[in-house]
Amino acid sequence: MADVTLIVDGKQITAPAGTLLIEACKSAGIEIPAFCYYPGLSLQAACRMCVVRIEKQPKLATACTTTIAEGMVVQTETPEIAQARKATLQLLLGNHPLDCPVCDAGGECELQDMTFKYGAAESFYAEPKNHREEQKWSPVVYFDRPRCILCYRCVRMCGEGMDVFALGIQNRGSSAVIAPNVPAQLSPDDLAHVDCEQCGMCIDACPVGALTSGTYRYKTRPWEMNHVATVCTHCGDGCKTTLGVRSTSDGSEIVRGDNRDKSGINNDFLCNKGRYAFDFANHEDRITQPLVRQANGELKPVSWEIALDHVGKKLRELRDTRGGKSIGVIGGNRLTNEEAYLLQKFARTVLHTNNIDHHRTADYVAFAQSLAGHGERTASLHDTLKAPAVLIVGGDPTVQSPATAWNLRTNVRLNRAKLYIANAAEIKLRRQAKAFLQLAPFGYNALAAYLAGDEAAALSATSDTAALSSFRDAVKAEENLLILIGSELRGAELKKLIDFGLTIPGAKFALLSDYVNSRGAADMGLLPDMLPGYTPVGATSPMATEYAGPNALGLDMLEMFDSADRGNLSALYVVGANPVARYSIDPATLKNTFVVVQEMFLTETAALADVVLPAANLYEKAGSVTNSYGDLQQVSKAGDRAGVRTDFEMIVRVADKIGANMQSLVPFGKGLRADMGQTRGVQSGEADRHAVWLTANNMEPRLSPFDSFAILDEIQRLVPGYNILRLQLLSGNDQHLSPAATPLVQISNRRDLVVPANDTLFTSGTLGRYSTMLCDLQQNEILRASNLTQIQTAAD
Amino acid sequence: MSTVTNTIFSPELAARFDHLVTIYPVKRSALVPMLLYAQDEIGYVSDAAVSEIAVRIGINDLEVRNVLSYYSMLRTKPAGKYNVQVCTNISCMLRGGYGILDHCKKTLGIGHKETTADGTFSLEEVECIGACCWAPAMQVNYDFHDGLTPEKVDVVLQQYRDGQGKDVK
Ligand code: SF4
Ligand code: SF4
Ligand code: SF4
Ligand code: FES
Ligand code: FES
Repeated sequence: MADVTLIVDGKQITAPAGTLLIEACKSAGIEIPAFCYYPGLSLQAACRMCVVRIEKQPKLATACTTTIAEGMVVQTETPEIAQARKATLQLLLGNHPLDCPVCDAGGECELQDMTFKYGAAESFYAEPKNHREEQKWSPVVYFDRPRCILCYRCVRMCGEGMDVFALGIQNRGSSAVIAPNVPAQLSPDDLAHVDCEQCGMCIDACPVGALTSGTYRYKTRPWEMNHVATVCTHCGDGCKTTLGVRSTSDGSEIVRGDNRDKSGINNDFLCNKGRYAFDFANHEDRITQPLVRQANGELKPVSWEIALDHVGKKLRELRDTRGGKSIGVIGGNRLTNEEAYLLQKFARTVLHTNNIDHHRTADYVAFAQSLAGHGERTASLHDTLKAPAVLIVGGDPTVQSPATAWNLRTNVRLNRAKLYIANAAEIKLRRQAKAFLQLAPFGYNALAAYLAGDEAAALSATSDTAALSSFRDAVKAEENLLILIGSELRGAELKKLIDFGLTIPGAKFALLSDYVNSRGAADMGLLPDMLPGYTPVGATSPMATEYAGPNALGLDMLEMFDSADRGNLSALYVVGANPVARYSIDPATLKNTFVVVQEMFLTETAALADVVLPAANLYEKAGSVTNSYGDLQQVSKAGDRAGVRTDFEMIVRVADKIGANMQSLVPFGKGLRADMGQTRGVQSGEADRHAVWLTANNMEPRLSPFDSFAILDEIQRLVPGYNILRLQLLSGNDQHLSPAATPLVQISNRRDLVVPANDTLFTSGTLGRYSTMLCDLQQNEILRASNLTQIQTAAD
Repeated sequence: MSTVTNTIFSPELAARFDHLVTIYPVKRSALVPMLLYAQDEIGYVSDAAVSEIAVRIGINDLEVRNVLSYYSMLRTKPAGKYNVQVCTNISCMLRGGYGILDHCKKTLGIGHKETTADGTFSLEEVECIGACCWAPAMQVNYDFHDGLTPEKVDVVLQQYRDGQGKDVK
């Protein structure tokens, strides 16, 4: 749109026509206070804090609802305005409790800040305050009525943003109150509750401490924490989250997860898992000492030295006597890229085996091969917010990729994006859809065939073939279509769908998977037939020449267990995975296999191990991860726990004990004469900035074999598609990478072995079982569901 | 057309609601009249009424409650057979409205928003009921009584006690 020029506080500013005055000012660096205004949500004009003086208008005007006009002359800070704002504050404070000293929001409260600025200290209100007790609406959402300033942000956030509509406003005037959707009289415990997705977005939006979170309330004060920006460890969207940490006697504890600077790929959003499910780190069952199985069959805590010696000796012996082919390696979906890369390199070059796999939650091999040569056709998570039209085949983003769903809803609401959904289930996003095509159960392959031109497949795709054909026509008529694909489509069918999509001009694709680094695990070659970057094993490539790995394809996940069953698997090395539970493996299968497991807990797999090495989780390490879309982000260390080690460090130490050449496994030690910032005077923060500068200039020191950046160097050098911009990565931004596969392998001959995690909003694989908050929320859901049936039966 | 099977309302009211949701550009506009008619029929707006109205309009229960709680003339608990609403807004106040209210409290033995033990009367203090010219005034169900004095109030109340008033709320 054309630009409009106006004058604010004597300064000429320019912004596109249609911009709200408050936003135009913000862009020009002029801050206008606002309680009810929230970017992207509907306008409320409920608080009157944003009042400004616009020339030729009789009264003060609200900047949050005024669109800018050519030649407008605005004053944003005059005595008159200050007085108006002060009066507004006085009214708000009339019934506000004086509990800032204990309030969670104290120190980061917008009401506090404004009172500080405008000084509405004296109160003209002599009546007693209207007190109400704090209410627990769910395990994670608490409401403290007297603190509420009735800005309606939470109501709009939940309704418009989340499409949940769990919060409303009841009564009026000074008795007005935010109310949840399960009223006390309909609740078996006679207390009001929210029946909702528990995302905590309402808490995040609340400008004061009226809505507080179950995990954080009354735990600490904002200024007593350090804040670390990292990536959520749960779903494949990979939201940037800020963890508030504080020191404890045995490390540093995460007390809060939130979205502090909103600078990440997820913008405003975090779901309940990103916000609350970090507490597994403190679970009482956490292993903090290496365990080695004794002659009597018991796992006994031993020192690191003994455990690593034992692992190294056994693995070397088994490799040398029974051959690398007899050893299996299984990696996890929550390892960093560097760890996953190192693990497969260790397997291939130190253990001499290609028997390496991970729990696959989407067929990224077929995805990469189908898009070979079309690098620009892979979508970033950002595209879900901007694409004019989106086709979603399979999956259920609301539950499996909540940030994707949030972006799509926002895109529909703000940009009128057109959503086309084909699904066998009535997924919630259909409420935003322009067209929803109900597929027959398992109708995805038929749909792919139909879209690829096989008219005969129509009947197996859906019972409503008329809808199917108009759906196809509508989709085909789109341009710049974003195609999001669920894990239902794999192998040849996935390729068919992508081939169809490639005929649409500007179409982009993403394949959604289930965990934070599921994509990274595949990209980094935790696969029996693919080296990193989807380089087929045995093919000639720059990588293959550096790898002295075996040329034969390895065993996949299931073949490894079959081999163990036959007594042919001498050793199994599992890093951050629980295949025994995931694939329902009979424990007896592994009785003749030497099993080493790096884990946080005694999972079904770890319980069978000969050696368990206590591992750090993603929040306790540094590195990078790649989300479902191929967006790379930096992971920073937030929490810390005495006794545990990162998987990176453990792999390196095991390799060392085996007697591997460390310099070739981890290319470190190039830059011994590095400048660590001494020349510039290291102060707080200076060293970090200096590191960024060094990195940007490719001068970073790699002083230690535990430095994951040494592996990142190698990833950048060898893995096709990983042309990383260091400065981008290190400054906490995301960057989109596209796989650059060679379409060599016959897709149809390959077993995809995809097993969707089927996580709900309140589960997260094995890890989720150790999150008290997720367990509480599951319990809460079960209670809700059973109450609902009670209510319904009562009404009948 | 949002007809509801197993409606909790009388056939006449159900039919009226069926029609009501069709006459506005957006169905939501039927919400307040529906709440009022539901209250007239049931005596108050019950949880079941909230749910059925929500279904009829295609919104959720919470949204109905949001509106319901805004209007003080909508009740969520049963009132007495005769709901006595005494105005104490400015004209009535100047002409003794508070005296009338106190008198009602004393004779009926109940306070604001309370109901007598036998369920005959309930009492409410309300804002202007549009009878200022004849202040002080009160409204019993949908009937007006004005130019009130304590004596006149006694007569009016006795009429209702004797079953001569209309039982339409
Ligand atoms: S937690 Fe999320 S879904 Fe629940 S009430 Fe708050 S915003 Fe709505
Ligand atoms: S609870 Fe918070 S966000 Fe909601 S209306 Fe009150 S102050 Fe605003
Ligand atoms: S949407 Fe996914 S990545 Fe984002 S906070 Fe939730 S679980 Fe974490
Ligand atoms: S921010 Fe403008 S009225 Fe609240
Ligand atoms: S003030 Fe009582 S009727 Fe108007």
